[in-house]
Amino acid sequence: MTFAPQCVNLLLVPPTPANTTLNPRVLHEFRSILNPRAVISSPEDLRTYECDALTYLRALPTAVLLPSDTPQVQAILRICHRERIPFVARGSGTGLSGGALPVQNGIVISFARMNRILEVDIPNSRVVVEPGVVNLDVTARVQLHGYFYAPDPSSQSVCTIGGNVAENSGGAHCLKYGFTTTHVLGLEVVLPDGSLVHLGGKTLDTPGYDLSGVFVGSEGTLGIATKIILRIVKRPECIRTLLAAFPDTNAAGAAVSDIIAAGMLPAAIEMMDNLSIQAAEAAVHAHYPDCGGLLLVELDGPIAEVEFLMQHVEELCRKNGASEIRLAQSDAERALVWKGRKAAFAAMGRIARNYIVQDGVIPRTALPRVLSEIARLSRETGLRVANVFHAGDGNLHPLVLFDRDIPGQQETAQSLSSQILDLCLAAGGSITGEHGVGEDKKRAMSKMFSEPDLATMQRVRCAFDPLQLSNPTKVFPTPRLCGEKPGEYSPHRLESAGVAERY
Amino acid sequence: MQATSSIAQQLASIVGSENLRDANLEDSVCGVLPKFVVQPEGEKQLAAALAFANEAGLTVIPRGGGTKLEWGNPPKSADIILSTARLDRIIEHAWADLTITVEAGCTLQTLQQTLAQHGQRLAFDGLWPKRATIGGALSTNDSGSLRLRFGPLRDLIIGVTLALPDGTLASSGGKVVKNVAGYDLPKLATGALGTLGIITRAVFRLHPLPRRAEAFSFADEKFAAMQNHIFMVQDSQLAHTSLQVRAASGTQPCADILFEATEAGIRAQESHLRKILSAAAIVPSPGNVWSSTEDLWNDSNKSLIAKITFLPAELAHVLASVQRAATVHSLHWQIVGQATGIATLRLDGDPAQLLAASQQLRAEREASVGSFVVLRRPGQLNSLDAWGHPGDALPLMRAIKHQLDPQNTLNPARFVGGI
Repeated sequence: MTFAPQCVNLLLVPPTPANTTLNPRVLHEFRSILNPRAVISSPEDLRTYECDALTYLRALPTAVLLPSDTPQVQAILRICHRERIPFVARGSGTGLSGGALPVQNGIVISFARMNRILEVDIPNSRVVVEPGVVNLDVTARVQLHGYFYAPDPSSQSVCTIGGNVAENSGGAHCLKYGFTTTHVLGLEVVLPDGSLVHLGGKTLDTPGYDLSGVFVGSEGTLGIATKIILRIVKRPECIRTLLAAFPDTNAAGAAVSDIIAAGMLPAAIEMMDNLSIQAAEAAVHAHYPDCGGLLLVELDGPIAEVEFLMQHVEELCRKNGASEIRLAQSDAERALVWKGRKAAFAAMGRIARNYIVQDGVIPRTALPRVLSEIARLSRETGLRVANVFHAGDGNLHPLVLFDRDIPGQQETAQSLSSQILDLCLAAGGSITGEHGVGEDKKRAMSKMFSEPDLATMQRVRCAFDPLQLSNPTKVFPTPRLCGEKPGEYSPHRLESAGVAERY
Repeated sequence: MQATSSIAQQLASIVGSENLRDANLEDSVCGVLPKFVVQPEGEKQLAAALAFANEAGLTVIPRGGGTKLEWGNPPKSADIILSTARLDRIIEHAWADLTITVEAGCTLQTLQQTLAQHGQRLAFDGLWPKRATIGGALSTNDSGSLRLRFGPLRDLIIGVTLALPDGTLASSGGKVVKNVAGYDLPKLATGALGTLGIITRAVFRLHPLPRRAEAFSFADEKFAAMQNHIFMVQDSQLAHTSLQVRAASGTQPCADILFEATEAGIRAQESHLRKILSAAAIVPSPGNVWSSTEDLWNDSNKSLIAKITFLPAELAHVLASVQRAATVHSLHWQIVGQATGIATLRLDGDPAQLLAASQQLRAEREASVGSFVVLRRPGQLNSLDAWGHPGDALPLMRAIKHQLDPQNTLNPARFVGGI
């Protein structure tokens, strides 16, 4: 969601683990497949790739490869398969769960050079892209025709479609438009043995299992997408954005409930508490009203429809105690309103030395209860928690603020952050709404899913990647070996490297 | 394989003898007669019955309302029909959160009636809602005209529990709409034709019932002109819910568009539509045009019915090729095509000609982009593969099948590529 450089003050950085270097013979082979300049192996250059936007976890890859087409990706993975070298795919490195964190003794494959938009098909509203294409560039390419690419993670000006596919990225507008998976119709995928498969396609319901649906959101653990068929959406006739200032988040939450109960499906409903408003103001001067709970409601569609419904939204906000209601009057005003919201994470740097971004989900109606629990935890620990959330779908982004120079505070912050996830789970929610599990939350998976649930997912993983080379050690709390008999290499690699923990 | 009486005894010990009976002709699946029909209560009992069958080397055909049981290829064998008829509870309608958790055997109609009490719906208009179940609709990936606006079932399902042949009950997804924890197995189960596991419960995101709905229709005798109209509507800023084309031998193709909005919103869009399609005569739709796809199935025991997928901009091309194939093979044809690029085609006539026409149409689709999947065929044509070319992911699909159902217990040979 947020950009890597803005997150670097996040947490204490443990020492980068020692790493073995790549076998020179293999390195030479990689160089012969790729342009030699597309193989990075010097330790100082590798540092750029040691983490994604979850900067407290770091590991040096043994090499970074930058393929420029699908056959090169296949050739790389065939070598990895033969040599049992684990690999991690990487887009722009904006992920917040350590999905692109290198793995022990593994290489990183960067898609920086596979960034072409291959096909724009307006009559069928399809666009075909390579994984390194930046999210916002898809919209830029089709907007002249009146279309846009709907998933809009806050990092959309830098994050790549390949990364979005891995994480099933959402964004503020997924309440109405859905997630990345809603907009991916098909994929060209290189499997961990180097073979090429096509999942889904340009037409709907290709015969067979919906493997495109399984692949999107699998966090790089099933293979590497090299081409992505996207669906684009016609821009609505009008978009109206309303800001409403409430005395507190409960009042704002009650207004959200009323809007939903009235049968409306806004394009977005976002909420910010007072601390987030202050931070956003300090960072981008969005001219937000100073209040206890700010609601941002966006409706889109035909003008007559939107104007009628927006009046209704205004009434419902007033009924729930909104003291001030503003309607963005121009595209520029609307952009400013959104800029404040999308910069909210990074803005925390203005009011706190360090912070942890959390990404829990709750059933929307549990909002008042969970927020009051978060407030209680905040009082008890003395740490401030700023709340920014996609209120329409219950996706919370509590930001736990702390100062790591104060002894013990980082540990308190981490514990508080993890307790917030427990609250989400107790309310029937999820440990992650859009940031992914990655390395960061894999232990929490056992709290959300039972052992048979996780084992079933791992069986699917074994079908794609029996040797567990594709972003291994991520997502699942306990590695599982594929097949009745443990493979010759996997147990050795996982256990000797100390990457795998048995618990 | 154990003696039949011993199998019956053991099944009865799991589900109770009153929930086990011998199969009769009406239980046949594409001409294959099963031995038993078992109706477990609750997902644990279902998983136990499935695990028993798997252990005993018996094959299992999962069944909901039985409305779409013929979709797919004939099973290689069918020992037990495992019915979800007694898994029909609505577990939790969290109306304020716009979600519902429901058992697989609940019918679409019961589900929608429950939701309507709170002004909500599952935005899915599947076939035969009175009898069809949630589990069956999901497994067959049925879809109707609402798909244009709300997406397929795979985009509405947010959680699933599957009973696997080894007796595992595995859940994935959850009860919240936004959730990226773990693999998206609800999507894997949707459209898997019950070959990987039996869906025992599902969680869906819901939508509000529309305030008002009005449909309009327009006709044009030329396929190309019709396609152009469709494109103009799709490329406009109208926020229509559904858009379909109906065509048949000897009649003029006709399109229907559905608006769901406020009164003001509908009036504005109606006038916008008239402006966009100034050349066409736009009239309020006659009767319930949205049941046209279902109507194709009436009295169709001797018909061939297929699902055709195509790029939306190839609509005219598809209509023309259907007309051509039907003419060449002296068949009567009827088609209802959605603007999403999915059409249901019914062909009537001599079985040999039905076979030749479907092979021709399938070859044309596969040479271009798309597919031709047979949903119903006369008994003589049971050997006609339902699916067509499975693509280069078939080995991967087989690997997934092997992981979840290694003994080929569930719906053997019914799915693509012999899965």
